Amino acid sequence: MSELAHTWSNVVVILIFLFSFAALLSWIERRLLGVWQDRYGPNRVGPFGMLQSVADAIKLLAKEDWIPPFADKALFVLAPAVIATTTLLAFAVVPIAPGIGVVDLNIGLLFFLAMSSLGVYSIVLGGWASNNKYSLLGGFRAAAQMLSYEVFMGLSLMGVVMLAGSFNLRDIVAAQEDLWFCIPQILGLITFTVAGIAEARRLPFDLPEAENELVAGFHTEYSSMKFGLFFIGEYVGIILISAVMVTLFFGGWLGPLLPPLMWFLLKTFIVIGFFILLRASLPRPRYDQLMGYGWKVMLPLTLVNLLITGAIVLAWGL
Amino acid sequence: MWNALKSMWIIFLHMFHRRVTVQYPDEKPYIPPRWRGRIILSRDPDGEERCVACYLCAAACPVDCIALQATEDEHGRRYPDFFRINFSRCIFCGYCEEACPTDAIQLTSDFEMGEYDRKNLVYEKEDLLIDGPGKYPDYNFYRVAGLAINGEGGKNKGEAENEAPPVDLHHLLP
Repeated sequence: MSELAHTWSNVVVILIFLFSFAALLSWIERRLLGVWQDRYGPNRVGPFGMLQSVADAIKLLAKEDWIPPFADKALFVLAPAVIATTTLLAFAVVPIAPGIGVVDLNIGLLFFLAMSSLGVYSIVLGGWASNNKYSLLGGFRAAAQMLSYEVFMGLSLMGVVMLAGSFNLRDIVAAQEDLWFCIPQILGLITFTVAGIAEARRLPFDLPEAENELVAGFHTEYSSMKFGLFFIGEYVGIILISAVMVTLFFGGWLGPLLPPLMWFLLKTFIVIGFFILLRASLPRPRYDQLMGYGWKVMLPLTLVNLLITGAIVLAWGL
Repeated sequence: MWNALKSMWIIFLHMFHRRVTVQYPDEKPYIPPRWRGRIILSRDPDGEERCVACYLCAAACPVDCIALQATEDEHGRRYPDFFRINFSRCIFCGYCEEACPTDAIQLTSDFEMGEYDRKNLVYEKEDLLIDGPGKYPDYNFYRVAGLAINGEGGKNKGEAENEAPPVDLHHLLP
């Protein structure tokens, strides 16, 4: 197979897999939430209710695609496209297994950080363009949340970069051959988990959406497939954060017996399950608590982690 | 932080708890005997309509979902010309059953009345009327009521069950 054909088949297969898994994830999430709340969750449509996501998709497509007359039309249409695009683009650098993955960037980690940060534009623009008080509040919250969480999200990963000596995600996985970074970088893992949840706007940090306070937050005015794009963006975001966490801290595709692809999928799925468990168990913090937590606890923690890692690298000359 | 982890662990353990969901269409729930469900009109043991079209159910109904029109047959028995219950309004309170002097209108334990068309929820008399006596198998209103009925199978004043003969108003002795 030629180089080009290999790349293209990778792109297409990963894209299709991502979209279908993101759709399926809505079903998985509802089933898991059900399991943890002593109920069954959707189990009627198809085997085990798996076709529920298909039914949801059909329903979304059949809805009226409405742009409110008071909205800023151009931005309103642009916003949902941004989040879907950026999360999908960020997935390009994720090394799924040897030979599977879209690009092999030497600044892969930076590209991931940049793309996932761009996602917040979608939320802010969507909230702004909707010209609705609730949406605007959601957009403001998203902006402030990202400001406080992007800072230590990047910093929390620098320890990994120090140990691996590279920004290339494949090199980082290769550097975990002996020891997964979740052990030497436990502080980095904790802070990145918190930042990742905030980044993916998942409960308990879903303040931009906050159904019980802000109707539906930034996407209050969105309907039909525009809402669907926000939806896909959120679920691809969860997969993205989980996949990156697996790559950086849990040895990516490394593991005994099973083929590398299986290991990667298994680990990613466990992390996704953990995210859903977080949603099932933790309440949403108040807004100032969230900001205070970010700046006063998490940022110092990452700096301490950076200091310790730096000292160790310097002392042992790793 | 410790609290959060602990609550996550507790929630995780709920995976192994018993499900509380009743899988309804596959698994029928327990319906108590006095359940107030779909309303029916019953017949007396002779197979005649019990309803005497007194309008008490319509008057008692808090949502005004019962409509009927009284008429009389050749024997002088009252019965409803039409009897209509709009089940899209009915709140299944059971006041009609309480108000009914002849135990004609009764609430049953059926609750599966879903319809795709709202108009199908308006039940006419032929939809409401059942063949049996419902909850009171032996009760026959016209046999105990002191109303005279003309024609064959009829009765005069004082001939009903447990009914004393009419008092002669022109007789002086007690």
